[in-house]
Amino acid sequence: MQAFTCPFCGHRDETEFHFVVEAGKPRPEPSEEVSDEKWAAYLHMGKAPKGEAREIWLHITCGLYFLMTRDTVTRDILSSECLLEASE
Amino acid sequence: MQHYSALSLLKHGISSHKRWQSAWRKATPKKAYEAIIIGGGGHGLATAYYLAKNHGITNVAVLERGWIGGGNTGRNTTVIRSNYFYPESVALYDLALRLYENLSTELNYNVMLSQRGMLIGAHTPMQMEICQRIANAMQLNGVDGELMSAEEAAKRVPLYNSNENARYKLMGGIWQGRAGIARHDAVAWGYARAASDLGVDIIEGCEVTDILSKNGQVAGVETNLGEIRSDTIGIAAAGATPGLTGMLGVDLPIHTYALQAFVSEPVKPCLDTVLLALGTGTYVSQSDKGELVFGGGLDRVPTHGQKGNLPVQEEVISGLLEMFPAFGQLKLLRQWGGVVDVVPDSSPIIGPIGPEGLFINCGWGTGGFKAIPAGGWLLAHLLATGEHHDISRPFDLKRFAEGRLIDEAAGSGIAH
Ligand SMILES: Cc1cc2nc3c(=O)[nH]c(=O)nc-3n(C[C@H](O)[C@H](O)[C@H](O)COP(=O)(O)OP(=O)(O)OC[C@H]3O[C@@H](n4cnc5c(N)ncnc54)[C@H](O)[C@@H]3O)c2cc1C
Ligand SMILES: [Zn+2]
Repeated sequence: MQAFTCPFCGHRDETEFHFVVEAGKPRPEPSEEVSDEKWAAYLHMGKAPKGEAREIWLHITCGLYFLMTRDTVTRDILSSECLLEASE
Repeated sequence: MQHYSALSLLKHGISSHKRWQSAWRKATPKKAYEAIIIGGGGHGLATAYYLAKNHGITNVAVLERGWIGGGNTGRNTTVIRSNYFYPESVALYDLALRLYENLSTELNYNVMLSQRGMLIGAHTPMQMEICQRIANAMQLNGVDGELMSAEEAAKRVPLYNSNENARYKLMGGIWQGRAGIARHDAVAWGYARAASDLGVDIIEGCEVTDILSKNGQVAGVETNLGEIRSDTIGIAAAGATPGLTGMLGVDLPIHTYALQAFVSEPVKPCLDTVLLALGTGTYVSQSDKGELVFGGGLDRVPTHGQKGNLPVQEEVISGLLEMFPAFGQLKLLRQWGGVVDVVPDSSPIIGPIGPEGLFINCGWGTGGFKAIPAGGWLLAHLLATGEHHDISRPFDLKRFAEGRLIDEAAGSGIAH
């Protein structure tokens, strides 16, 4: 069993968490100028990084979305940050 | 190539099996090829075979970083079926099934295809309705599939828990009689042997570290064994594909997850079909050796590590024991995981990508073993002609920008 760290609740069981999206994909704006390709890229495309990854995760039980940096091969957790702090 | 037959088996038996030739040539890379295939799983090897067989292109290399079939092809639970929902998917998976039906003869290699039928079992009236809808779709698509009643299902899977207080009673489900299982290694080795015999170089221990292109045209690959040139390259690297296209700055709609499988100690025949239970999410079959081979859903944490984690193990095993209390006495022999390439609509991606001359065949996720002959057939067609086959066209990456997804997760609601 793996534990992840919610910035608000601390160490919790992996089953309480949900992977949302790879970090660093701002929504393209303004919408009238966004091509179908750009929109598809925003919705679906990613890198599936091997090794260090920065991802948005949801702690389902408390509802917090946060930024997690982890290694996708070894499963080591490198950091968990609140999105507000991370964007500063 | 040494022809395999009952007679050759007898002959080699007399000489204590010491004179078998190796099934495929060990090749060292040439400087250049007419076509290169990255990835020696089932899809890559089948691509090489059909390039040679269907299109007469034999100056071909398959580059495999480990050993052939060491990826998901050698890790999967070998369920083969074509009971999908959308016409595009049925065309694809049924092409594969039809090719599988003749594969042992075609390759002169016994892939041990056993069409023992598959039951997708429902346990609620709602699931029964979904089964009805899929069975209808299958019949409209011209594929064998029928609704099965609870009584028939009970006869098919006699050990299934039918106690009054059973948590997941079997209400019936969808039956596909042509579905079944095959021997995974044999599929990889059979294609490798037949391709090698037609002149294809199968190069193991050769990892592609960069894809070279010039003026918008693919030019070759960089590998640990040096540069190999070709202006026609196919990628069939499953979960490693985004890393390869990423070298060219091309992102893909793929997430990589671990999928686990389990094998029990061998017992006498007790299950002669494949069962996938919608209630528990666990599926199971019995191998020719007598082992129960089973699995379930994905681990929910994206990963490139080929191992699974405990929560899913618990779910899959408890699902199995709930359905078959008798199996609780069995010891688990092995458990393992593979990294599967999951696409948002649970359908593969086949088509051109990035520079001219580069094509991908990936995104098979949890269910690409059953598709190996078709995936190979279609990628070979692309490599040889530069154009889509009618069956692969709907699976082009373009479908994401066009909003024309083929959502089998929603359509047929099944993971494998
Ligand atoms: C536990 C489990 C159970 C499954 N059960 C089923 C099932 O019952 N039915 C079904 O239909 N499907 C099933 N699948 C899915 C199925 O195994 C895969 O979809 C299928 O095998 C994919 O084949 P492939 O040839 O695309 O990939 P792989 O067999 O993974 O081959 C890709 C190859 O590319 C090589 N490679 C990667 N990167 C490079 C590089 N840079 N250079 C050189 N080589 C490289 C890898 O080493 C690998 O050998 C299951 C998968 C798993 C993990
Ligand atoms: Zn929390």
